[in-house]
Amino acid sequence: MATLHVELVAVERMIWSGEASMVIARTTEGELGVLPGHAPLLGQLAEGGIVTVRTAEGEDMVVAAHGGFLSVTDRGVSILAETAEISSEIDVERAREALRRAEETGDEPDALAAARRAQSRLRAAGQDA
Amino acid sequence: MASNLRALRRRIRSTKSTKKIFSAQELIAGARIVRAQARVEASKPYAREITRVLSALASSASLDHPLLTERQDARRAAVLVITSDRGFAGSYNVNVLRRTEELLSLLRQEGKEPVLYVVGRKGETYYSFRDRPVAETFTGFSEQPGYADAQRVGEALIATFTAGMDDDETGAGADGVLGVDELHIVYTEFRSLLAQIPVAKRMAPLEVEEVEEFDYEREDRESGVTTGDSGVPTSYEFEPSPDALLDALLPKYVTTRIFAAMLESAASESASRRRAMKSASDNAEELAKNLSRQANQARQAEITQEISEIVGGADALVSAGADD
Repeated sequence: MATLHVELVAVERMIWSGEASMVIARTTEGELGVLPGHAPLLGQLAEGGIVTVRTAEGEDMVVAAHGGFLSVTDRGVSILAETAEISSEIDVERAREALRRAEETGDEPDALAAARRAQSRLRAAGQDA
Repeated sequence: MASNLRALRRRIRSTKSTKKIFSAQELIAGARIVRAQARVEASKPYAREITRVLSALASSASLDHPLLTERQDARRAAVLVITSDRGFAGSYNVNVLRRTEELLSLLRQEGKEPVLYVVGRKGETYYSFRDRPVAETFTGFSEQPGYADAQRVGEALIATFTAGMDDDETGAGADGVLGVDELHIVYTEFRSLLAQIPVAKRMAPLEVEEVEEFDYEREDRESGVTTGDSGVPTSYEFEPSPDALLDALLPKYVTTRIFAAMLESAASESASRRRAMKSASDNAEELAKNLSRQANQARQAEITQEISEIVGGADALVSAGADD
C-alpha cells in the first residue's frame, strides 16, 4: 500500500517523521483528509486545531499544533508549527491548569491565545475542553 | 623583606582563585557551545520547510505584500543588534557593535535615519553610556534564546514596519505613529569554533532567501526513492487564498530569521567566551608561576640573610671570647 512520508516540524526541533497512510487536519477553511497521491496543497491550520496522523502501522497519532501550516507535495506531507505536541507527551493536568489560568485572566489577546492552545492540547489528549 | 614575601604570597593566592573562576567559565561555555550548536541544527528543518512553502507561494501570490515591496524614498530604518547579556566574552560584543556602527553610518549616508533595537544587556549599556537613543531593548535570554523571545522581538519590529507604511516627509502619516521603512539585523554568524563573524543583513523589505540549499536529488539517491519529475514547478492548491496565506506566513518567516540569528549568536557568544576564558586562565597560570618564582627567591634570600646574621653573631662571640 502506498504511504505518505510525513514530517512534523516545530520551530525548535523536528518532532516526528515517518510513514503514514493518512493525515487529517483542519485548515482555516475546514476539515481535510490527505491520502497518498493527494494534489499539492498549502494550507493554514486553524488556531487551536489538532492534526491526526494515521501511521503505516494503523495507529492514530494525535498532535496539538499551534500556529501552523500544512504543505502537501509529491514528496509527502509537512506540518509546520510554532509549537507542537504529540498526545502521548501532553500533561493533561498542566493543560487544565493552563486553561483555568487563562480563563481567569480574562479577554486579553494573550490570554485568549493561551486558552485556545490549552484547549487544543486537551482535545489532542482525548479530554473534553 | 618579610613583608614583601607576604605580599607576594597574597598575590599568588588571589591569582590562583581567579584562575579557578576562569577555568570554570571556560568549562561552562564549552558545554553551552555543544548545546547551542545542537539547537541551531534542530531549528534548521523548520527554516528549510518554511522557505520552501514561501517559495511555492511566491510563484502564485500577487506579491504586493508590504513586507515584500520596496518603498520609495525610505526615510527611517530599524536596526536590530544582537549582543550578549554578560561580558567575559572577549571581543564578541565589540565586534558586533563595530559592525553596527558601520551599518549606521552607511544608512545615514543613504539619507535614512537609523532606529536602534537592542538585544542583550551589553548593547544596552553601550548605547545608554553614549547617550544614544534606543527604541526598545530586550534582555535576559542571550545565552539561551527561546522562540517566544524571538516572537516578542519580531512583533515589535513588524509593528513599527507596518506603522511606517503611511509616513511622509512631514512625519507620521494617518496612524500618527512614526514607523520605519526598512528592517536590518546585525548578529554574529557561527562559522566554526574558531571563527565567528559579525554580519549585517536586511530583513525587510525581504527577498525570500534560501536558508540552505536543499539537495533533493542527493536525498533521493541516498534513500533510493525515484521521483523522476524534479525541475517541474508544482502547482499548488491553497487554503485559504494565496494572499491570505502570505499574510500569515511572512511575519512568521521574519520571526524565524530573527530566531535563527539569535541561536547563531548564542553559539558564537559561548564560543567567544570559551576562547577568552581559555587565554585568561592560561595567563593566570603563567602569572602564578612567575609570582611563586619570585616568592621562592625572596624566601631564600631571607634564609640566607638569617644564616649570615647567625654566623656573623657567632663570629663576634668567638672573637670576643678570644680577647679574654
